[in-house]
Amino acid sequence: MPNADFVTGLKCRLCGKLYPKSPINFCTDDFGPLEVDYDYARMRLALSREKITKRPRGMWRYRELLPLDGDPTVGPQVGGTPLIRADRLADALGVEQLWIKNDAVNFPTLSFKDRVVSVALSKAREFGMRTVGCASTGNLANSVAAQAAQAGLETIILVPADLERAKIFGTAVYGAKVIGVTGTYDEVNRLCTQIALKYGWGFVNVNLRPFYAEGSKSMGFEIAEDLGWRFPQHVVCPMAGGALIGKIHKAFTELNTVGLVDTPVTTKMWGAQAAGCNPISDCVKSGRERHKPVRKPNTICKSLAIGDPADGYFAARLMRESGGWAEDVTDDEIIEGMLLLARTEGVFGETAGGTTVAVTRKLLDQGRIPRDEEIVICITGNGLKTQDAVFDAIEEPAEIKPSLMEFEALAGLAGEPALA
Amino acid sequence: MAIQVQIPTPMREQAGGKAEVTVNGVTVQAALADLLRQFPALGPKLFDNGRLRPYVNVFVNDEDIRYLDEMNTPLSDGQTLALIPAVAGG
Repeated sequence: MPNADFVTGLKCRLCGKLYPKSPINFCTDDFGPLEVDYDYARMRLALSREKITKRPRGMWRYRELLPLDGDPTVGPQVGGTPLIRADRLADALGVEQLWIKNDAVNFPTLSFKDRVVSVALSKAREFGMRTVGCASTGNLANSVAAQAAQAGLETIILVPADLERAKIFGTAVYGAKVIGVTGTYDEVNRLCTQIALKYGWGFVNVNLRPFYAEGSKSMGFEIAEDLGWRFPQHVVCPMAGGALIGKIHKAFTELNTVGLVDTPVTTKMWGAQAAGCNPISDCVKSGRERHKPVRKPNTICKSLAIGDPADGYFAARLMRESGGWAEDVTDDEIIEGMLLLARTEGVFGETAGGTTVAVTRKLLDQGRIPRDEEIVICITGNGLKTQDAVFDAIEEPAEIKPSLMEFEALAGLAGEPALA
Repeated sequence: MAIQVQIPTPMREQAGGKAEVTVNGVTVQAALADLLRQFPALGPKLFDNGRLRPYVNVFVNDEDIRYLDEMNTPLSDGQTLALIPAVAGG
């Protein structure tokens, strides 16, 4: 991919100090987060809608806007998930125009994390790393394990020991070394920072984080392209670390900056959390500048259970500045949200999806999101991984003998005249 | 009241290249003051206008001081104080 690298380096989001491209995630002066910096003027000349649409569907059709030196070597088929016109859910929620960005069917591990991992592991290879890892609430673990297996990288994955069985199993099956840590996600995360600093391994959400997080932008690029190269009025997004909501908005801004979408971004960004772990929504609602960390998250929505979100400050600021807001919902509301999504649109989203649907409903009921404007809901993971959460809410199937009489009795058809 | 302070890689240049430094102090505040007395160059790294920088987390024996008594968290002999950059995860 000659001359397709538009990355100028890494830039501190607090002080603006520039760093060369390297596996580092924080500014050495003030410890602020580093973000990838691009030469947009040069990119603008190299990009066109025609060029992008000729490429295969998937996140790498936007390769100029993603931070690799060369072609992706890990996960070249990731992304390109459907944007579904959700009319039945729209009716149920009482809104006019509703879309679902369905990353529950992302490839290869059924969550939006496949996007960030494709970037991070391709980058790890560019840096010559042989061992990669992550701290994870589950989806990231699945994706790192699967994609590292494809890439032939050694993996070390640390997760809270009390994670859903399906998520631990769905990591170990790929041959990854999985370590359950008896503690919260934030404790796992802190341990990973210590390991990454000491051993220099490629932890995707520690020292590879600036590159990794950029992968989430592809969800925003796809939403805009699938809407016909325009931006929706509202995006509702689940928040764990708080990076995704920022990256979707950044994606829209970049599409405008490089001339792929002419209209400026006026999209209002709305964030969804669980009541049992709501540091970012609490920050927005209470008017605090910085979030108050949650020591012991307590929710069925484990994929969003980050008590001390690294991007909490930026996510809260974005929601306020874009004209959006944040809300959080109870575990019961999360289950209702999962069932509503499944029963209106045939999409089985995980608990984070239920959270996002339930928060959308709450924000509509509060009158914050207008019912006559276009809304996109981001579904970021698959319900098959969090079946335990809804198990008790689903009616057990009836059981009968293989007899027509028993079937008719059960279905209330007894006594109907035979047709033949 | 000897406290071991673990210094992360990006701060070691300002700490005489050491990965661990012994300080004295009955609270986190006092221990960090002693650390800065020994290595004044760490001051601007850790503090901004007298306040701990938002992206530096301080742990006493693996517990975040924001869940304890912040800078007033009491320390006892032999405890470990770790300074860890906060920008990770998610």
